[in-house]
Amino acid sequence: MKHHLILKVITKFMVGVIVLFGLYVQFHGDYSPGGGFQAGVIIAAAFILYGIVMGLENVQKVMPIWFAQKAAAVGVLVYALTGVFSIIVGFEFLNYHAISPEHPKHGQHYGIILVELGVGITVTFVMIAIYYGFAGRTPRLDDKEW
Amino acid sequence: MASEIKQGTLELVNHLPILQVIIPMLIAPILVVLNNKTLSWLLSFVGTLASLFISILLIQAVSDGSILTYYLGGWVPPIGIEYRIDAANAILLFLISIISAIVLIFSYSSLHAEIPEEKHTLFYACFLLCLTGLLGVVATADIFNVFVFLEISSLSTYVLVAQGSYLDRRALSASFNYLIMGTIGATFFVIGIGYIYMATGSLNMMDIAERVSQLGDNRTIQAGFAFIVVGMGLKLAMVPLHVWLPNAYTFAPTVVTCFLAATATKVALYVLIRFVFSVFNYEENFVSELFFLLLMPLAVIAMIAASVIAIFKQNLKKLLAYSSLAQIGYMLLGLSLMSQKGLSSSLVHMVNHGFTKAALFMSLGAFMFNTKNVYIKSLRGLGKSMPFTSGAFVIGGLSLIGVPGTAGFISKWLLLEAALETGYWLLAILIIVSSLFAVIYIWKIIEVLYFAESTETYSEVSVLTLMPIWILAFFCIFLGINTGLTVDVANMATEILFK
Repeated sequence: MKHHLILKVITKFMVGVIVLFGLYVQFHGDYSPGGGFQAGVIIAAAFILYGIVMGLENVQKVMPIWFAQKAAAVGVLVYALTGVFSIIVGFEFLNYHAISPEHPKHGQHYGIILVELGVGITVTFVMIAIYYGFAGRTPRLDDKEW
Repeated sequence: MASEIKQGTLELVNHLPILQVIIPMLIAPILVVLNNKTLSWLLSFVGTLASLFISILLIQAVSDGSILTYYLGGWVPPIGIEYRIDAANAILLFLISIISAIVLIFSYSSLHAEIPEEKHTLFYACFLLCLTGLLGVVATADIFNVFVFLEISSLSTYVLVAQGSYLDRRALSASFNYLIMGTIGATFFVIGIGYIYMATGSLNMMDIAERVSQLGDNRTIQAGFAFIVVGMGLKLAMVPLHVWLPNAYTFAPTVVTCFLAATATKVALYVLIRFVFSVFNYEENFVSELFFLLLMPLAVIAMIAASVIAIFKQNLKKLLAYSSLAQIGYMLLGLSLMSQKGLSSSLVHMVNHGFTKAALFMSLGAFMFNTKNVYIKSLRGLGKSMPFTSGAFVIGGLSLIGVPGTAGFISKWLLLEAALETGYWLLAILIIVSSLFAVIYIWKIIEVLYFAESTETYSEVSVLTLMPIWILAFFCIFLGINTGLTVDVANMATEILFK
């Protein structure tokens, strides 16, 4: 811990704050500027910061590659299944009235939250996966391998 | 703002326009989560079959000229996104979903020869996303939605093409090339959409068509149209913008090549047709002049030049890729005649060429099981040791040339008729010349297959591999004899488009 001591301490402190802010942006997306995409990028930034400062192995202990990959798919599923739910109940695809037919306005509200949640999950883990993809590249190829 | 449709009363039948798009879209993430090799093939096959089944239902529903609409999320257009199925896109939905179902049968036996086992799940997920994108582009009536789905299909296509790198690393540069060109195309396309939105304030095709007709001579609309033509020109490999295509088709895995050659460029051409007829006014001077002065010469150049280049290619996948460029020339030519017959021939050729080229590429893939490469010299004498694969190849080749009794004959005949009807007899001669070039390069292969002495003996591929090849070969013949599916639906489609 001698090297970059300040950076490491500040990072440890900041990671939690960044994730908290990401969650704020996520769940206030329907009232204020923000939403799933922005929140996803912010939360992913926390992991990327941790990876840059602490090293790729350490961040991958917390967030393994396979988990990032699957979680990204789960986000898409959350979005798509919200739509499929409306179809099953007898509305159009992604018609949020289906979630609360007696109170359509509430339905719209819940629907947006669900869909934004799906977007947020996918964006977070896709950003992390992209970072892993670039940071975890194998070293440059030798001449003879070409 | 809320939906005007009665709430909670829709039955499954009402959802058909969207269901065939969301079934593959839903299965793709499920595959990634489950991460099981055999299950992922099974699920993608079942999903594709479901899409195929739905597209058959849709084609039945619209073959009488009716139009199905679907409002996403219950939002009424022009505010919401509308899906709109008429004869023109129903026939393409059918083509895309049946080709992908056949290609998936082939992939069951062929994929492990080309891609390492642990990548199969992700491969199928990508394949399904590509399918989702292509189906979505065709089904939607919202121009921004077209762009989004086009990008879904294109991005997954780049990944799919790059999968060829396990056999030949040049797939990576081919894929990168395609990525650059495809992205430039998408950029041009979205700039065009931006101009249209700027001038009309709407994204719904029907709504734009109404507003464009009121605008009259508007420079913004014309600029938008130019951008869209260039963008789609890149995606459909119109001749000076085609450089990505030969390498992408050559180095991609066989499964991907079959699927792309049969669907991707046709979908881009469909988008162009849809924009010309349903968004812009095809009678407008700037549209018809552009087609007459620019696209028609380019189509003719594609027909002749690409066929000539194909004759000299030794790598057969590359040969067929150049022949695809020539065939795209036929389709563009039919469109640029700006007549009902021309457009109908173009639509029919999309379907016929889809089956033909998929059959050819797939039998090449089966040869590749044994020979490990597709250079013409490696196929010496394979007609004897692999009679069934070679037979299917010959049928596909005949259909590509346009021999009577095959699918290719029907569409070329329609194109000739359309050219003569409009009085361009020179075009008719050029079509025949280009077909003669096709005779040369197909004969070159058949000669090697049947009349050259083989140096090595190979065994025929398994029945499971032969089945999809022969289904495609069957369609090459069937569509040449029974034109009810293609020509009648295409005529219905042209009537709707020319309305």
